[in-house]
Amino acid sequence: MAISKLLIANRGEIAVRIIRAARELGIRTVQVHSVADAASLAVQMADEAVDIGPPGAAKSYLNFEAILDAARATGADAVHPGYGFLAENANFADVVEEAGLIFVGPTGDAIRTMGDKAAARSAAMEAGVPVVPGSDDCIEDPAETERIARRIGFPLMIKAAAGGGGRGIRIAHDMAEFEHLMPQAQSEAQAAFGDGRLYIEKVIEKARHIEVQVLGDGKRAVHCFERECSLQRRRQKVWEEAPSVAVTAAVRKRLSASAVGLAEAVGYRGAGTVEFLYDDESGDFYFIEMNTRIQVEHPVTEMITGLDLVREMIRIAGGEPLRVRQDDIAMRGHAIEVRINAEDPARSFMPFPGTVQALRSPGGPGTRFDTMLYQGYEVPPFYDSLLGKLIVWDEDRDAALERLERALAELEIEGLKTTTPLHQLLARDPEVRKGEFHTRWLEPWLERNASRLNS
Amino acid sequence: MAKQILSPLPGTFYRKPAPDKPPYKQEGDSIAVGDVIGLVEVMKSFHEVKADMAGKIAKFVVDNEDAVMAGQPLADID
Repeated sequence: MAISKLLIANRGEIAVRIIRAARELGIRTVQVHSVADAASLAVQMADEAVDIGPPGAAKSYLNFEAILDAARATGADAVHPGYGFLAENANFADVVEEAGLIFVGPTGDAIRTMGDKAAARSAAMEAGVPVVPGSDDCIEDPAETERIARRIGFPLMIKAAAGGGGRGIRIAHDMAEFEHLMPQAQSEAQAAFGDGRLYIEKVIEKARHIEVQVLGDGKRAVHCFERECSLQRRRQKVWEEAPSVAVTAAVRKRLSASAVGLAEAVGYRGAGTVEFLYDDESGDFYFIEMNTRIQVEHPVTEMITGLDLVREMIRIAGGEPLRVRQDDIAMRGHAIEVRINAEDPARSFMPFPGTVQALRSPGGPGTRFDTMLYQGYEVPPFYDSLLGKLIVWDEDRDAALERLERALAELEIEGLKTTTPLHQLLARDPEVRKGEFHTRWLEPWLERNASRLNS
Repeated sequence: MAKQILSPLPGTFYRKPAPDKPPYKQEGDSIAVGDVIGLVEVMKSFHEVKADMAGKIAKFVVDNEDAVMAGQPLADID
């Protein structure tokens, strides 16, 4: 069943992106919005807009009932969740389908499997995808534990099974430290989570974050090559590229095959991303997780392949089989995306909401600026700080870096503090120029360069 | 004129450190300079609101989880 009217259950730049794709497909759009977003660009661009509640996301963008009511009231036949908010909420996907609507994304069950760390890890292992070496289950017997630790090798992480978000993790560098830390970790886990179960995992030092874009129609899946997102601050990506400077053709082939294998094994439908840690010294890669949605950094893949990923996911949701075969997808040139956030790099990236007094957008060859900003727009304080994404493409990485510098110099957002100065410094950094970085590279760099960010 | 503690930032005001924790301060509590009376969440990051005066909290003039503007009064102080 082709979609005729699409409700966008999101906001900001991704809502604008989805409206653009829908309009090109001849699909009418309904933009739901909180009171705080009544004047947003997405609301202005959509065919219809529905107020779904107060600024707090819990009462608006996360409110199942308000969103479904808006769909019923406007006669929308499909819901696009964007990223964040309800995009990876399996129950929401189920509820949308139970209401007789199309959820633009995978089934609730696929979201559920990939959202559970243990289930995702077993699905990956069953599909033959390498995972971070570790104890496959929780560990109990001390002798058995020691044997597993020796097999994995040091340094290794001792993690609480009930922990999360970085809590309940200890790192042991050798067997003596491991034996010393185990009882501590166990009693701490028991005290903190009421559950003393532990598991262990190898620490991958100096790893790169590499992810493979996939598209599936529920039966067949294809990959659209990889992105590298190693430049991160507090585990948040700030700069993304495609392809990765560190991935050789041979590794690319293995990575992509792994990602397609996993997507097909779970009958994946829509656009998804399989994330890996990549150790470029050994050439080994390890599955971390699968994101069952469109991602913020999807445009770099669009720039090197010429595909419109948001359009493809809407077509698939409408019941069309994949329109491309693997052989049809080629990559050309190099793309870089930088995230323009309303944050002050001179003050520890303190959020900086406010009013856009003046806006000059970058343009010209190979330059794309995905944003929800316009002159006079008041950036609300209630949501994340992403204002837009500046994406450049050129024939190779060196040229793309030059183009990025040129485009950053054109960008002017008056009235707000943004991360633009950070990207200007990064684009000129000798290590960034050589592509020599890993996931823990940026944070020490920020400390060393604090004074340059202050000026 | 009544003394007030103002919000330093725009965002969402919380009276508790976490949903399952008790409020930092109750109406009628005495406060000292530097005491935390709540949190303001701005763009998904949380910032403590500290008292810039000593006294007693007469009344919170915004509710937990209300949207606030920078400079908006949060509590009346006696």
